[in-house]
Amino acid sequence: MDQASLFSLLSFGPDGWGMRFVEGLVVTVEVSVAAYCISLVLGLIGAGAKLSNSKVARGVADLYTTLVRALPELLLLLLIYFSGADAIKFILSLISEDFDDFEINPFAAAVAALGFIGGAYMTEVMRGAILSIPNGQIEAAKACGMSRFLILRRVILPQMLRYALPGMGNLWLSATKDSSLISVLGNTQDLLFMGYRASAVTKHYGFFYSVAAILFLAITIISMIVIKMLEARVNRGYR
Amino acid sequence: MMDTTLKVEDLHKKFGAVEVLKGVSLEARTGDVIAMIGSSGSGKSTLLRCINLLETPNSGRVYVNGELIRMKPLHDGTAKPEDMKQVERIRSKLAMVFQSFNLWTHRTILENVIEAPIHVLGLPRKEAIERAEILLAKVGIAEKRNFYPNHLSGGQQQRAAIARALAMEPSVLLFDEPTSALDPELVGEVLQVMRKLAEEGRTMLVVTHEMGFARDVASEIVFLHKGQIEEKGPPREVIGSPKSERLKQFLSATRH
Amino acid sequence: MDESLALFIEIVPTLLAAVPVTLILTFLSAIIGNTLALPVAVGSLSPHFYLRYPSLFYIFVMRGTPLLAQTYLIYYGLGEFFPGTWVQKSFLWPYLRDGFWYAIFAFSLNTAGYTGEILRGAIMAVPKGEIEAARAFGFSSALIFWRVTLPRAIQICLPTMTGETILLLKATSLASLITVWEVMGTARQIQKVTFRVYEPLIAAGILYILMVFVLTRLMMIVERRINRHRLAPA
Repeated sequence: MDQASLFSLLSFGPDGWGMRFVEGLVVTVEVSVAAYCISLVLGLIGAGAKLSNSKVARGVADLYTTLVRALPELLLLLLIYFSGADAIKFILSLISEDFDDFEINPFAAAVAALGFIGGAYMTEVMRGAILSIPNGQIEAAKACGMSRFLILRRVILPQMLRYALPGMGNLWLSATKDSSLISVLGNTQDLLFMGYRASAVTKHYGFFYSVAAILFLAITIISMIVIKMLEARVNRGYR
Repeated sequence: MMDTTLKVEDLHKKFGAVEVLKGVSLEARTGDVIAMIGSSGSGKSTLLRCINLLETPNSGRVYVNGELIRMKPLHDGTAKPEDMKQVERIRSKLAMVFQSFNLWTHRTILENVIEAPIHVLGLPRKEAIERAEILLAKVGIAEKRNFYPNHLSGGQQQRAAIARALAMEPSVLLFDEPTSALDPELVGEVLQVMRKLAEEGRTMLVVTHEMGFARDVASEIVFLHKGQIEEKGPPREVIGSPKSERLKQFLSATRH
Repeated sequence: MDESLALFIEIVPTLLAAVPVTLILTFLSAIIGNTLALPVAVGSLSPHFYLRYPSLFYIFVMRGTPLLAQTYLIYYGLGEFFPGTWVQKSFLWPYLRDGFWYAIFAFSLNTAGYTGEILRGAIMAVPKGEIEAARAFGFSSALIFWRVTLPRAIQICLPTMTGETILLLKATSLASLITVWEVMGTARQIQKVTFRVYEPLIAAGILYILMVFVLTRLMMIVERRINRHRLAPA
């Protein structure tokens, strides 16, 4: 098959894969954004726990980050995916027997799993960011009689972003790439899944996986530009 | 010319549009200790670094032991060495001691001293170690031979750096503000070593702020101002009865 | 619960037998990848644009696309070329059909990109004065690189490289998706045979935690040896 007809496979018409890949791109971005939001919440909670006075909170947070960092993402994804599905099925079966053959939305479970993984790394980023705020500023706030909560809200959080942004940017880039893992769950319609599907149908493996890779690269490039802009914005007045 | 170890003729150096050296000439005969003084920005460190080509002069000639370092001018007004092999060979005869020591922190003190003799001069390891041990004893840190640089005080590190330079058995020793990065109480031990070297009759070119050292040890003092030699001569004359107005200002500013 | 325990005991030997495959995947890819990282890093710092841009582009692509996509591309993409050619009849064919070598290939190339970037940063972080001292003593450029720049750079980036090796160990689990029966692949195989979801995954997870723990310890020993100069004098 010559090159022209290879590219015709990518057309946006009914016979082409072009539109499917665009849909895949959208799914990948959606999954990444959703997972990233979960990881932000988990990261804030985790960092708070790691820096708290409670031994239990610290212990749980340490266990969380240690486990996630020691286990392969793929394994965690499957584990959370299956257990999440089972848990929901179990709850639904308590409500009614009609849900017996209910299939969990692979999307939701996958997003939860990716968010859970990202949250552990986010915990470390946020913890580092909080710790890099000069202690003198926190002491100054205490000396003014500010409460712990007020210090958190008025002194720590606004400055944290500046220190956390580089790490957060890296984690976003990881999130977009890690989202490709969900393709192993089956009918996920994400970018890599489209690559898998298109190449399996047409037998042009090299071509379609390259297309998927190039689209991932596009996500990375755009993300990097946005991150650069955000960093410039956040660092106003410091450089 | 016979016993001229180092000769510099009409050296020019520009950094961008700024001319840092505006035609400097200098001659050191065997056993000379030349102290180069001047305020910061006078070009004295640049002059030293142009001699061993850590900076490439735009024009001018440098002779070491009568051998001219061959340069070829480029179209943009700069120049580059014609033969890097020649430069490397000549550099090995011009050992340098830096302001910030620049010891190789991944090697022990002994390894620092034997590194260049083995790999540049091709000395057998055993011989290099023998030589190094004598030198480390001479600068008074023989017992630190297996320490890493980071474990030594600044004064000890600088003495190790001097031993490293001596191990090359150089024709000229170049000192670039060797005591400027040291805590005041550590300056003395380094100057003492340098004094000893001068007494041995080594040829030395020293960029320094230590006027006491320049006065007592140097055979000649060169005062640089804005990239030119403003005044030079024996210490007694240069420090005792300065002629130029600028040197008088400089001396009165450094005295207290 | 008893049933679970019994299953655990039954499957652990099978999973243990797969540990060497995971370790070989990790170490072989690390060795090949880190070696390839050297020319990548040096190229990316070259004054010659025809060396610099390709190196930077390589780093960018390896870091900018998912490892799984790279692995599929290499496994299916390269595999596409061989059937029906002379290769199929050659003695190499049995190896070329095996996902193992594709996995090694993919992980090595990926590691070369990541380590290349790390090494590039470390080379730039070597104190200029130490390089200048070598120049002043008449070292040639090549000698400076091998005796000063590279050993110093490796010292600087060693902690990061330790972390990368752990990440690589975990990433080798992706080989299970191209039919390599390392720990993860074996666990999934057991899942299919036993119709049990959790036990194989949890058992594999425990093995990964153990491997990560041992590897971390091992790397700490290596690191301590190489970074002797930072420790108190003996």
